[in-house]
Amino acid sequence: MPGLGATYGRGGATGFQQDLVNADCIVIEGSNMAECHPVGFQWVMEAKARGAKVIHIDPRFTRTSAVADTHVPLRAGTDIAFLGGLISYVLENELDFREYVVAYTNASSLVSEDFVDTEDLDGVFSGWDPESKSYDKTSWQFEGAHEPSSTGTDEILEQAPDPGQIGQPATDPTLQHPRSVYQVMKRHFARYTPQMVADVCGIEPEVFLDVARAVTANSNRDRTTAWVYSVGWTHHTVGVQYIRSAGILQALLGNMGRPGGGILALRGHASIQGSTDIPTLYNLLPGYLPMPHATEHATFEDYCAVGDQMVGFWGNTRSYITSMLKSWWGDAATAENDWAYDYLPRITGNHGSYRTVSDMIAGKVPGYFLVGENPAVGHANGKMQRLGLANLEWLVVRDMQMIESATFWKTAPEIETGELVTEDIATEVFFVPAANHVEKEGTFTNTQRVLQWHRQAVEPPDDARSDLWFYFHLGRILKDRLKDSTDPRDRPLLDLTWDYPTHGPLVEPSAEAVLREINGTGADDRALSSYTELKDDGTTRAGCWIYTGVYADEVNQSDRRRPGREQSWVAPDWGWAWPANRRTLYNRASADPEGKPWSERKKYVWWDEEAQTWTGEDVPDFEATKPPSYRPEPGAKGADGISGADAFIMQNDGKAWLFAPSGLADGPMPTHYEPAESPVPNALYGTQANPGREQIKAAWNRGNPSTSDVYPYVFTTYRLTEHHTAGGMSRTLPYLSELQPEFFVEVSPQLAVERGLENGGWATLVSARTAIEAKVLVTERMRPLKLAGGKVVHQIGVPYHWGEQGLSTGDSGNDLFGVVMDPNVHIQESKVATCDIQPGRRPRGPALVDFVEAHRVRAGVASGLVPVGGRSPVEETTMTGEAGSMHDEEGTP
Amino acid sequence: MSQISSASPAFTGNDPQNRLFGPLPDVTGEAGYEEDHPARVGFFTDTSVCIGCKACEVACKEWNTLPMDDADGNRDAMGLTGMSYDNTGMLGANSWRHVSFVEQSRSIDLPMPSIGLPSAPGQGAGSGGGCGGSCGTSASTAPADGTTIDQASVLNAQALSSFDPQAAPSGDREIRWLMSSDVCKHCTHAACLDVCPTGALFRTEFGTVVVQDDICNGCGYCVPACPYGVIDQRKDDGGVFKCTMCYDRLTDGLQPACATACPTQSIQFGDLDELQERADARLATLQGQGVSTARLYGRDEDDGIGGAGAFFLLLDEPEVYGLPPDPVVTTRDLPSMWRHAAGAAAMLVGVAVTSFLGRRT
Repeated sequence: MPGLGATYGRGGATGFQQDLVNADCIVIEGSNMAECHPVGFQWVMEAKARGAKVIHIDPRFTRTSAVADTHVPLRAGTDIAFLGGLISYVLENELDFREYVVAYTNASSLVSEDFVDTEDLDGVFSGWDPESKSYDKTSWQFEGAHEPSSTGTDEILEQAPDPGQIGQPATDPTLQHPRSVYQVMKRHFARYTPQMVADVCGIEPEVFLDVARAVTANSNRDRTTAWVYSVGWTHHTVGVQYIRSAGILQALLGNMGRPGGGILALRGHASIQGSTDIPTLYNLLPGYLPMPHATEHATFEDYCAVGDQMVGFWGNTRSYITSMLKSWWGDAATAENDWAYDYLPRITGNHGSYRTVSDMIAGKVPGYFLVGENPAVGHANGKMQRLGLANLEWLVVRDMQMIESATFWKTAPEIETGELVTEDIATEVFFVPAANHVEKEGTFTNTQRVLQWHRQAVEPPDDARSDLWFYFHLGRILKDRLKDSTDPRDRPLLDLTWDYPTHGPLVEPSAEAVLREINGTGADDRALSSYTELKDDGTTRAGCWIYTGVYADEVNQSDRRRPGREQSWVAPDWGWAWPANRRTLYNRASADPEGKPWSERKKYVWWDEEAQTWTGEDVPDFEATKPPSYRPEPGAKGADGISGADAFIMQNDGKAWLFAPSGLADGPMPTHYEPAESPVPNALYGTQANPGREQIKAAWNRGNPSTSDVYPYVFTTYRLTEHHTAGGMSRTLPYLSELQPEFFVEVSPQLAVERGLENGGWATLVSARTAIEAKVLVTERMRPLKLAGGKVVHQIGVPYHWGEQGLSTGDSGNDLFGVVMDPNVHIQESKVATCDIQPGRRPRGPALVDFVEAHRVRAGVASGLVPVGGRSPVEETTMTGEAGSMHDEEGTP
Repeated sequence: MSQISSASPAFTGNDPQNRLFGPLPDVTGEAGYEEDHPARVGFFTDTSVCIGCKACEVACKEWNTLPMDDADGNRDAMGLTGMSYDNTGMLGANSWRHVSFVEQSRSIDLPMPSIGLPSAPGQGAGSGGGCGGSCGTSASTAPADGTTIDQASVLNAQALSSFDPQAAPSGDREIRWLMSSDVCKHCTHAACLDVCPTGALFRTEFGTVVVQDDICNGCGYCVPACPYGVIDQRKDDGGVFKCTMCYDRLTDGLQPACATACPTQSIQFGDLDELQERADARLATLQGQGVSTARLYGRDEDDGIGGAGAFFLLLDEPEVYGLPPDPVVTTRDLPSMWRHAAGAAAMLVGVAVTSFLGRRT
């Protein structure tokens, strides 16, 4: 979540779901919380019962809308226009929480004279290089601040040290200077008027103003508004900038760090937050430390250079990485060998998921592990995924069910069309059955950063084993096979500390021993209590610095289960939240610069003058004894560089960033672009879509031209309460399958008439990738939108759960999508694209290929025919940036 | 312990203690339990906070090991109904909880011209989106340009005319998506129990009504007796089944599975008198907020079944949810039926005797 990381310093949800009951207004946008997070939604219902206004902004009227006070239907892919409208409304009417904005944001910083806005360059910021399709960010800097010397890459990491701003910028606390961030933003968003929102989003100006009034009336000293989003925001070519928009708005309204405020990023799966904290991402090490880059981080000193210059807690990067290396390689990591830094693999560029799949199709990738992931159904452009799988040498699938990604060699739709032939697929598939969550112990890190321990209830059946068992024994066997090797390249594996105790008949490794290793130990081999204890001299070990404290006092803190009714409403004794068991981040901002609560009603964390310490409901997100009056010496680094009156301690300047001079590949401020596939031209700029978006041009990944009559309708994909993502855990179960037994699409009565669709009948949806069939639900919950000039846009709802396996089967909605990505994080645009819809079932067999090709010809799209086996070459790619992440969840629409 | 009996006072022809009809303060005691029996328990289902997640349906099937079935009650089958998100269809032998989904809409006045519904009959709100099968809709004639509509729609025009804050405005239309988890009402006067000839149906010490599968002989008398169409027979083995309010959980001090699973407290379980108080308060709150269409269903002990053990807060007429507006226990008229039958029998005997007498004369 670099949108949050760049704005506030950390990429996690800023609050917790239980805190929603304190909100006076809750805006749910880019999320269908009632359907996808029904248990957490109880706190929204509780807030509503206490009088909060609940607003749902979504292309579809969902089960969330049904219990909201207001549903605002907007065109999919136009959230920046909507949020920009709100930002403009706040700025034009000076409704911002001025004292908060001046104290805690960079609104007063002066932007460089060289900066030129999109408003003056028809949709690009200054520094745009059309050749490389990327930005030179020199002109985005603040006056008086300068770029650090060490790296030229855009490390757009969740929370990585941001090298952008070393040195303190010039400021104008009156916010009147024409180059102050406040004024620059005001000009940037000036055209985002209620009428513009109506023209672009299809929302009536009155409805927009209702929302604007509700949000601003509930954001001040006494009242707070909370924002909730999920993958409805992240799955766009401008997804990071969506989140930035909300980040700017919530900072302007003074809702951050305060009870009932914040931005709640709801994660899609049980431990997705955990799998980014201890990542399954190619460019991150645990705790959001960057993966070393082959040229830019050649030496350990290069790697630490940025952190060494930083103000804030990233200034201690050297301690974090040293402790991690000691944790991994133990005694083999010494001061002499730079703590075995050279054992770490290096990245050389983009190794994201879609890039890797392209390489698979080209035959460049021999082997692939799929662990709890079903890309043949769950990822955009299912055909591309399946062609990739079919061109491997071997594939390991660890799952509880025989999912489509394990059976693609016989069940893929391409077998029926003849594009793949079972006998010719050389991929050797190893299906390794997995234990489920009640058959093993361990932690979940939930959407609000809370680690919760779950105990084992029963032994896994038959050959099913936990992931921990699988990796431990795989590592053990590999080490054993190589034990006589003298090859230096085997040293990293042979020197790994791999000595976890095991127990039981299955020789299960101890999950608590792993958690303790992650927590870290000191020189006395006792568990550490806080990441502030980590040292850069090799005397401390910690597998993931942000988790240090989860095993404090040699106690598994994640296993704490004191019921909520037996403790304060913040419930600090339930599980353990990173960092340092803080439940609401940046909570220093709940007090004014002098340390006093903004109001009695929204009291949370404050400075106790008598005790000379910060105190309150939560663990203060601040150094406990640093007084509000503290001011750093010039040149102070690390935590010492943060003033006692600053609230965003991870940021180099201690402020929330309204304007982000670095950290983002596609602009310091959000700006509205149309989705890569859109039925209308961009009403604001000549630049149609995000110019920095990443594309892969190949026969198996054709794009629909925008404003095409062949693909005239917008569609969006989503989940239903009754099913789980790609369906492996729900379509195989009778009690869930019967509740949503067949693949269906939702259309408005108007579109049904326009295309002759019947409720309960069949429809075929066509894109430049393929055609799929589904049953039709005609419902007024889908609403045609009227845009500028009377243009009517129809939207189609496509739940994406289905595939060929299981009890409930059907075509896969994700097969309709092509792959086009956000330049910051390589996340695909799978919440909006275009298609056609026709009544009746789709052609079968080879006729399907001809049918789709005929549409491509009519639309003027290059041929999408692939040879048998699928090995069509990549014709061209624009994959910007050297870094970025293929987010596990966010890669799974 | 005195004898537990469902023997009908019908034969006696009088019902001074309301054993067949009307309020019955101690239904459990009336069934023969001693005075220290547990308080009567029930469900209060507050549909205004239901989010339609169907966790109740799944929890019920899990706990009671019910088979998968489709909307027509066919075992081990499934299929899309096309009626909103409801693929359960109705309560039946294999579905003891059923969440209904009712889609309603009407236009609201906004300066921006709306995009009209098509004028084609049968493509309106109801028939298209599916109103849970309960709200037959016919969109009225729309102007030829299709830019405005005059939505006559959902079954209860009166309720619609006073759409309330519970309905979310959605652009130029007000859409309401009602969700409600239906269940056996555990009637004060349970006709199913009254007509059961084997004693398979009985009143528990908690005041609930339960079928014992090992005693049921499959006669099926209870099926037409239920005024709600709840109790249902399995086609394959002939047994009848319905919600037991998790009798096996209650006896172990647990709450029913559905109430435990409900994330928003739409399904509340507890002592019936306490639930009734809570429901009255909730109704007052909603009406205070201007939700004029809110009402309690099954709460009134003067209704046709003597009040329900499982009652509801609804946001529209019961028919909209597929519930009978005025259910009456089918055994209410038994005394008069017996009286009439006896009269008829006496007359027949009289006629016969008279005719024989006549012949002799």
